[in-house]
Amino acid sequence: MSIKVGVLSLQGAFKEHISRLKECGISAAEVKFPEQFKDIDGLIIPGGESTTINKLLEKYKFKESLDKFYRDKNPIFGTCAGLILLAKNIEGEGRGLGYIDIDVQRNAYGRQIESFEELLDIRLDNNQNGGKFKSIFIRAPKILNVGKKVRILGKFKEDIVLVRDNNVMASTFHPELTCDLRIHQYFINMIKNIKGDN
Amino acid sequence: MEKGTLKVKAGLAQMLKGGVIMDVTSPEQAKIAEEAGAVSVMALERIPADIRATGGVARMTDPEIILKIMDTVSIPVMAKVRIGHFAEAQILEAIGIDYIDESEVLTPADEKYHINKWDFKVPFVCGATNLGEALRRIGEGAAMIRTKGEAGTGDVIEAVKHMRSIKDEIVRISSLPKEELMTVAKELGAPYDLILYVYKNKKLPVVNFSAGGIATPADAAMIMQLGAEGIFVGSGIFKSENPLKMACAIVEATTHYNNPEVLAKVSRGLGSPMSGIAVSELTKEKIISNRGW
Repeated sequence: MSIKVGVLSLQGAFKEHISRLKECGISAAEVKFPEQFKDIDGLIIPGGESTTINKLLEKYKFKESLDKFYRDKNPIFGTCAGLILLAKNIEGEGRGLGYIDIDVQRNAYGRQIESFEELLDIRLDNNQNGGKFKSIFIRAPKILNVGKKVRILGKFKEDIVLVRDNNVMASTFHPELTCDLRIHQYFINMIKNIKGDN
Repeated sequence: MEKGTLKVKAGLAQMLKGGVIMDVTSPEQAKIAEEAGAVSVMALERIPADIRATGGVARMTDPEIILKIMDTVSIPVMAKVRIGHFAEAQILEAIGIDYIDESEVLTPADEKYHINKWDFKVPFVCGATNLGEALRRIGEGAAMIRTKGEAGTGDVIEAVKHMRSIKDEIVRISSLPKEELMTVAKELGAPYDLILYVYKNKKLPVVNFSAGGIATPADAAMIMQLGAEGIFVGSGIFKSENPLKMACAIVEATTHYNNPEVLAKVSRGLGSPMSGIAVSELTKEKIISNRGW
């Protein structure tokens, strides 16, 4: 089946996500207004500055359409800033969108000088597509707590860095900054499975 | 776990794309910038328009001021060092700044050499007026480029000139036969491997923002349409009549740069922008973008 993935394109590394999706052979579109949700089968919220993206989400009245998109079980994937926006709780700041049952802390590893890259072990469904994944962490958040239903797909030492809660997936690192397509492919398969069931 | 790699340094610039980096001189201004949706702030003692007006030697800002700004906002904080002044850069790295701008806006400290930016874990952004200059800075380790424009003027003409120049040179190089590339490297004074990168990828190897003279939402939209990946606004915000309103409008114009309806909406009723100086009225000694090479 042919699907179209939208990438929230208010600010941040949205072009990188679009390139990765196209490399997976999937049609991808920039989403700049809430009306565009009706044309897409899944949404990526990219890395960027979460405060900036959040302000623009409010200004352009995304909340209602985004909530509906989520309630209609459309898959959503957030990377870094996207993960912060999707979280249930942001340490010291209160509620996020709450689409994924995690508590997060912003800039949890410190300032830019503490940003790092690391080869991680990831474990996607049924141990397929698992193995090492080159992961870039930039002023990255940390997941402090996960709800019972949240599946842990990747860890860095003790830190949980890649999670899935039903149709929502999130990473504290940036799979869009490397040429390894496995995580994007996983998200695409997730969309195909869910849409195929409908 | 590897820190300070080019991937990590250039990666932060990628996260800032489509955003506005604003010059601020106090925690209060930093708060306004963050409130307006800035992706980062540039902590300064004086904004470029005031540096221009006051004259004298412009140096790195007192770390005390920078640290206060770093404590106030959660977005990344940048600060400027003089061209070639590696000790100022060491100081900024030691206080944990997120990005260093080796900037022509300050008085240059070295007439021959820029900082060897590979020595640092903290990323650098550098100004450029053309492709050769951009690639020389990247060769020295810059993880982000900004076209220089003419800082503190509120006149967008130089920003436009520099962005067009880089873009045109990229188009030209990518259409040349490969055997001409070494000669191009020689002519532009740029590293051959980076010329090769531009030839293959039709773009710079790092993110390219625009700076120097952007004062209105329309300026921001124009320079984004010309290919900037984001913008720096210096004096344009806090020298305008209503900084918060102007800052919000420039942020929105940068996101929706190719949507005239949104641009029309955000451009209305902003009060006076900074009054500015036409670059054509500046004498040669007053031109800042000639600093560096």
